[in-house]
Amino acid sequence: MLAPLGKMLILASLLVSAAGALLGFAAGRTRSREALLWARRFAYAFAALMGLATLTMEYALLTHDFRVSYVEHVGSRLVPTWVTIVSLWSSLEGSILFWGFVLGIYIAVATYLTRGQYEDYQPDAIGVWLSSAAFFSFLIAGPASPFGVVANPPLDGPGPNPLLQNHVLMAIHPPFLYLGYVGMTIPFGFACAALLRGRLGHSLLKPLRASLMVPWIFQTIAIMLGGWWAYEVLGWGGYWAWDPVENASLLPWLTATAALHSIVVVERRGILKGWTVTLIQATFLLVILGTFMTRSGVFNSVHSFTQSAIGPTILAFLAASILFVVVLLAFRIDRLETEGRIEGAASREAMFLVNNLLFVLLTFTVLIGTVFPLVVEALKGKQMSVGRPYFDSMVVPIGAALLFLVGIGPALPWGRATREQLKNALLPPLFGAGLFAVIGYILNIRAPWTLVTLAFGGYAAQVTLGQMLLTVLQRTKRGESAAAAFVDGNLRRGRRRFASYIVHGAVTVAIIAIAVSSSMRQTTELAFTKGQTLRASGYDLTFLGFEQRQEPHRAVTGARFRVARDGKVVATLEPKMNQYQMMREPVGSPAVYSTAAGDLYLSLANLDVANESVFITVYAAPLVMWIWVSVILMGLGALFSLVPARRATAVQSRESVPAAAETA
Amino acid sequence: MTTATELTATEVMRRKSRLFMIGAFAVAAIAFAVIAASSINKNLVYYWTPSDLRHAGSKAYGATIRLGGMVKKGSIHKLGGSAVEFDVKDATQVVHVKTTSVPPQMFRENIGVVVEGTMVPGGYFQSDRLMVSHNNEYRAPAKGHPVDRKELERLMKSTEGLEGK
Repeated sequence: MLAPLGKMLILASLLVSAAGALLGFAAGRTRSREALLWARRFAYAFAALMGLATLTMEYALLTHDFRVSYVEHVGSRLVPTWVTIVSLWSSLEGSILFWGFVLGIYIAVATYLTRGQYEDYQPDAIGVWLSSAAFFSFLIAGPASPFGVVANPPLDGPGPNPLLQNHVLMAIHPPFLYLGYVGMTIPFGFACAALLRGRLGHSLLKPLRASLMVPWIFQTIAIMLGGWWAYEVLGWGGYWAWDPVENASLLPWLTATAALHSIVVVERRGILKGWTVTLIQATFLLVILGTFMTRSGVFNSVHSFTQSAIGPTILAFLAASILFVVVLLAFRIDRLETEGRIEGAASREAMFLVNNLLFVLLTFTVLIGTVFPLVVEALKGKQMSVGRPYFDSMVVPIGAALLFLVGIGPALPWGRATREQLKNALLPPLFGAGLFAVIGYILNIRAPWTLVTLAFGGYAAQVTLGQMLLTVLQRTKRGESAAAAFVDGNLRRGRRRFASYIVHGAVTVAIIAIAVSSSMRQTTELAFTKGQTLRASGYDLTFLGFEQRQEPHRAVTGARFRVARDGKVVATLEPKMNQYQMMREPVGSPAVYSTAAGDLYLSLANLDVANESVFITVYAAPLVMWIWVSVILMGLGALFSLVPARRATAVQSRESVPAAAETA
Repeated sequence: MTTATELTATEVMRRKSRLFMIGAFAVAAIAFAVIAASSINKNLVYYWTPSDLRHAGSKAYGATIRLGGMVKKGSIHKLGGSAVEFDVKDATQVVHVKTTSVPPQMFRENIGVVVEGTMVPGGYFQSDRLMVSHNNEYRAPAKGHPVDRKELERLMKSTEGLEGK
C-alpha cells in the first residue's frame, strides 16, 4: 500500500524537521556541540525522508496505482511516460511534495558544505531551514496531502492539464523554478543567523553569496523558460503579459539580483550589511507570497489548479515569517556595524546603491500592480485587475535606467575619482551609445524608448567589452601573448570579475532584444482557403490544407502552410488544434519559424475542415531568439562566477598540481 | 581643543548630510507613490456582468471592462472580415457586443464568454478580444446549466493567454 507508506514518510519528515529546528536554535543559544551534531543529522534525515516520499509517489504514478489520491487526480494510462513522470508537479499536491523534495536536497547540501565551518552561524541557519521544512512537511501531511487513500480506485484517470502536456518545456520549467524558489531558503537561513548572532563577518559572505547565486541562476533560467513556454504554447505571440503568476516569479528575482550586487559592496567596503540582509529576507518573503498567489487559487491561471485549503495555511506562514523578519530586523539590524562609508556620488559603490534603489523601486512597482486587485477584492468585494499599460509605463523607464547603470557603474572607479579619471571613463562609451542608436534608426526603429534603450545598450556594451579586454591589454603591454593574458587574466585569476561582465553583456543583449522585439512586432489576421497565398510581414504564406491524425491521448488537426521569402521557400509550418480526451474544447498549438533576425509565428484562430478554410493570426517580431539565448548566457556566466578564483592559492597550486596529477 | 571642535564639525556635517539623504529619500518615495497610484488608476480593468455594466451607467464609457456573460441564442451575426456581433446576457440584462477579434474555435450560442473592451457612443460594447469559457477541470458540462457562474468568474480573472496591448 503506497498511500499509507507515503503518509508515514511525510509524518516522519515533519517530526525530524521540527525536532531538528528546535535543536538548531538550541545549539545556537547554548553553543552545544552535541545539539548541533544532532541538528545536522536531522537535516540529513529530513532530506532522505522527503526523497523516499517523492520516490514513492513517482513509483505510484508509473505503476498507475489509482489507490493513491494524487494518482487518481492526475494519472492516466493514455499519456506518454514522460508526461507521467512530470505529473509529479502538474497539480497542487504533487507540486508541494516536489517542493519538499527540493528543499531536502538544498538543506542537505548546504549543511554538508558548511559543516565544520561557520560554526557561529550554522546552528541558527539549520534552525531556520528546518523550520521552513517543518512547515512544508505539515502542508504535505495535512492540507495538501497527495497520499490520500482512494476507497474505490478507478480503472483510469483524467491525466494532467492538457496545456501542460502540450510542450516538452513543461518538463523543464517547473523544476528550474522550484530550484530557484526553494533555494532562496538557504541564504535566508544565513541572513537570519547573522542577525541572531548580531554579526555579519567577512567569512559568511562567501556562503551567503554562493547560496544566493545558485537559486538565482535557476530562477533566471526558469523565468525565461516560463516565457518561452507561454510563447510556444499559448498562441498569442508574446511571452510576458504581467500575469500575476509571472510577476510572482519575477519579484524574488528582482530583490535577489539587488542583493547579489549589494553583497559586492559589503565585501569591498564593509557597508550596506543590514541592507543586504534585508534584501535577502525580502526575497524569501516574496517567494512565500508568490507561492501563496500561485498555489491558493486567488489568481486563476494554468498554475493555480483548484481552489484549496492550502491558501490560508500558506498565508498564515507568510504572516508568521513577516513577523519573525520584522522583529529580528528591529532588534538586531543596528548590531551589524558599518566599517566604511560611501566616498562620493560618482563612485562605483554609489552606483551600486543606485542600482539597489532601482531594483527595489521595480519590485514595488510590480508588487503594487499585482497585489492591488487582491486588496480591492478583499476590502470591497469588487473584481478588477491592473492593466498591462501600468506595468509597461512604469517598468520601461526603470529598466532603461538599470541598463544605463550596467554601462556607467563598471566604468567608474571605487572610492573618490578625479575629474580627469571621470572624463576618461565616461566619455569614450558615448561612441557605442551613438552607434547603436544610429543603427536602430537606420533599421526603422522610431519608438523613443526603444532608441533610448539602444543608446544605453550601446554604452553598456562598449564599457562591458572594454572591461573584458582591459586585463588583456594591460598584460600584452607587458609582453605577454594575448591568448595567455586572456586565459590567465580572465579565466583563471579575474574569473569572478570576468564572469560578471559576461552576465552584464548578456543582460544588455536581453534588454535590447526585448525592447526591439516588442516595439517592432507586427500582427496580421488572415483568412485562407486551400491553395491560397497571402502576404504578411514580408513572407508569402500558402495554405496547403489540413492534416488530421489520431494520437492515443489526443486528436490533432494541423493546418499546413508553406512559407516563402523573396520567392524562396524557407519553411513549412503547421499550427495545430489539439483535442484532448476529457476536454470539451480544443487547445491550439502555434508554429514558429525562428531565425537570428526574427521570428514568424502562426497561430490558428478558427478552422473549418469541411470547407478547407482557416483563420490564422500571424505575428512577426525581430530578435526574439536572442532573449532565450542571452538569458541562458546570463545563467552560464553566473555559474562561471561560482567557480572559485585561484588568486589566493595560485602559488601553492603551481607546485601541487603536478603532484596531484601524478597521484591521479 | 581644536581636535574636539573639528570632530563636532564633521559630526554636524554628517548629521546634515544624513538629514538631507532622508529628506531626498522621502520626497522620492512620495513622488513614486503618486506616479504609481495615478498610473494604476488610469489602467484599471473592471470585471463586470451585463447587470454591473448597466448599473455603472456613464462610467462604462471609456473604461476598460472585461464583460462576462452568456451568448444569447440567435444573436450571432458576422460582420465583414473576422468581425462578429452578438448579445451577451446575464439573468436580467443584455449588452450588444461588436468584436474585431477572430472568434475562437469554440465560440457559439449559449456559451460563456468574456469580451474585453469598452462601451462606445453608439450604445454597444466595442471589443478587440474575445475569450470562450475555458474549463480545465475536466467536468462534463452540466445539463441545463451551460454556464457555471463560478467558471465564468475564473475566466474573467484569468489573463493567461491574453495578448496585452
